[in-house]
Amino acid sequence: MSAPAPLRERSHGDAPAKSPLTGLSDQDLSLMLTIRAFESTLLDLFDRGMLNGTTHTCLGQEYVPVALEGLLAPGDHVFSNHRGHGHYLARHRDPEGLLAEIMGRSGAVCGGVGGSQHIRRDRYLSTGVQGESLPVACGVALHLKRTEPGALACVYVGDGTFGEGAVYEALNIASLWDLPLLVVVENNGIAQSTPLAANMAGSIAGRAAAFDIEHRRVDTVDVTAIRRQLDPAVRAVREGRPLVVEFATHRLGPHSKGDDTRSAQDIAEARAADWYPRYAAADPERFARLDAAARAHIDAVAADVVAREPS
Amino acid sequence: MRVAENLNAALHGLMEREPGLYLLGEDVVDPYGGAFKITRGLSERFPGRVLSTPISENAITGVAAGLALAGDSAIVEMMFGDFTALAFDQLVNFAAKSVTMYGERLPMRMVVRCPVGGGRGYGPTHSQSLQKHFVGVPGLALYEASPFRDHADVLAEMLERAEPCVLFEDKVLYTRPMYEVEPPFALRADGGTAEVSLPGVRPDCVVVAGGGVAHRVLDAMRSLLVEEEIVCTLLVPSRIYPVELELPDVRQVFVVEEGTAGGTWGAEVAHVVHQRHWARLDGPVTLVHSADSVIPTAAHLEREVLVSARDVHRTIREKLRG
Ligand SMILES: Cc1ncc(C[n+]2csc(CCOP(=O)(O)OP(=O)(O)O)c2C)c(N)n1
Repeated sequence: MSAPAPLRERSHGDAPAKSPLTGLSDQDLSLMLTIRAFESTLLDLFDRGMLNGTTHTCLGQEYVPVALEGLLAPGDHVFSNHRGHGHYLARHRDPEGLLAEIMGRSGAVCGGVGGSQHIRRDRYLSTGVQGESLPVACGVALHLKRTEPGALACVYVGDGTFGEGAVYEALNIASLWDLPLLVVVENNGIAQSTPLAANMAGSIAGRAAAFDIEHRRVDTVDVTAIRRQLDPAVRAVREGRPLVVEFATHRLGPHSKGDDTRSAQDIAEARAADWYPRYAAADPERFARLDAAARAHIDAVAADVVAREPS
Repeated sequence: MRVAENLNAALHGLMEREPGLYLLGEDVVDPYGGAFKITRGLSERFPGRVLSTPISENAITGVAAGLALAGDSAIVEMMFGDFTALAFDQLVNFAAKSVTMYGERLPMRMVVRCPVGGGRGYGPTHSQSLQKHFVGVPGLALYEASPFRDHADVLAEMLERAEPCVLFEDKVLYTRPMYEVEPPFALRADGGTAEVSLPGVRPDCVVVAGGGVAHRVLDAMRSLLVEEEIVCTLLVPSRIYPVELELPDVRQVFVVEEGTAGGTWGAEVAHVVHQRHWARLDGPVTLVHSADSVIPTAAHLEREVLVSARDVHRTIREKLRG
């Protein structure tokens, strides 16, 4: 197992990036745009009655797994949740396999058994029960600590998931046993229809502190800045110092499909915080070129997968 | 050797043979060695792999699943089997499901050990036999500890299945000697199902029972023989689910368990027996179990609820003699 390359190679020195595109590679931007195109296409397929079951898109949150990916190594384990398409695409860059899985077509990553919320490939795994993956990630982290020191287990959860007892049982164990556990909280301020204020007394920072676990809050959508901010703490995770990283982020779309109960103002605020127009404004030519390519790629993937045999 | 020592020896042997095996549970490390002393001596011999955990049944089952996912194996000790209710999500929705829900078979080598059963006055939340709640979960196999099968074999078989397993250990067994059967009955214990019978005599009926109630059934078999000249053969399957039984050619079958009435393990056994042997049976399989009740603490009240040798005797006599 090797640790990820030092971030200095990716960023331009230590000064704060002036625009979100400073120091961001084409690959990273393309990945964000691919995830955006993928999720938009999914909602479109749903509208056209072509998707079965349910799905939860990560529109607005695409930058989170892309930023994290720059801090993760191939030997790390990633645990995802119901809103996991971006997490998967950031890890495996496999829109074909994912769409086939969601649609139950040949080439599906998990043969169509798992669907949108239950995906496993190599060291990536998602489950649809909130909070369930934290204890499992502790088990994997315990394994890594003994047999592959330096590797970590990363778990994505939402803010609403902090209502689950499993989260605290796991944080307690991770802290007591010095496990290489990285908890990434995508705090989009809402759980299905329930705002954070109605779900959580206290704060995520306070809850991490209760277990003597380091907490970092990320308030920017600038991938390079995020990596720079988190790099030292993630390195410490590898030494057995668990970490909770809280992203203040925004869910642009509905919880699943057509079930957005937020006020027009709340939705407008979420849109105003979107990374997409900011990145577009920072370097319009480059952004437009990569965005067109990402959309064309996903369009082609969708056309291909839709025409495939059942899995 | 008593059952507790046999279990302890089995764990020692397995931990020694399998360097990737962990044992997790509340208060399992020395000198305490677990609430029932089954894990005695293990943490001193295998430091780092025998871990006392916080009181977090759900999380420790999840940690075991994580170890299994990463290619290790894990045994979890529930302090009392009743607390598997707190681990139900990890066991049913994660560990068992993971074996198949990701589209290809994923080996999950883990065992949850559960001390179950009453008879010791521990009361309603520390005396249950919750086997029935785990019957019929895809990817989850259930075993019951028995005085008639070496637990080294049982545990090895469970890990070899590479799917999550639950081992129900009736607490009254811990102090019982292994392999003890008094004449004129004889024990045949060479496979997954132990058989206790009257050698050379064709039985009037078969009694299927988990290891925990085996001795209650044996007491009833003795009194039925002496008082009624009824000959029974007892079958004690080590794996209780999925149900797989070879029955001798009899027309009456009984299933005895300590679980309370309603949705019982016995009902599942009966279903399997009916499917396979309906034509040759005199009637449906008869279920013998504890009452539809919580398990009271006071000894006289507990006795009324829990299945007893007398219940087994009475049910079989009524069925066969009318
Ligand atoms: C144990 C459990 N309870 C309820 C649900 C249904 N559910 C799915 S997503 C969700 C909201 C989760 O909110 P949050 O953790 O904030 O994540 P977000 O959806 O905002 O990404 C709920 C209640 C579930 N999947 N699992």
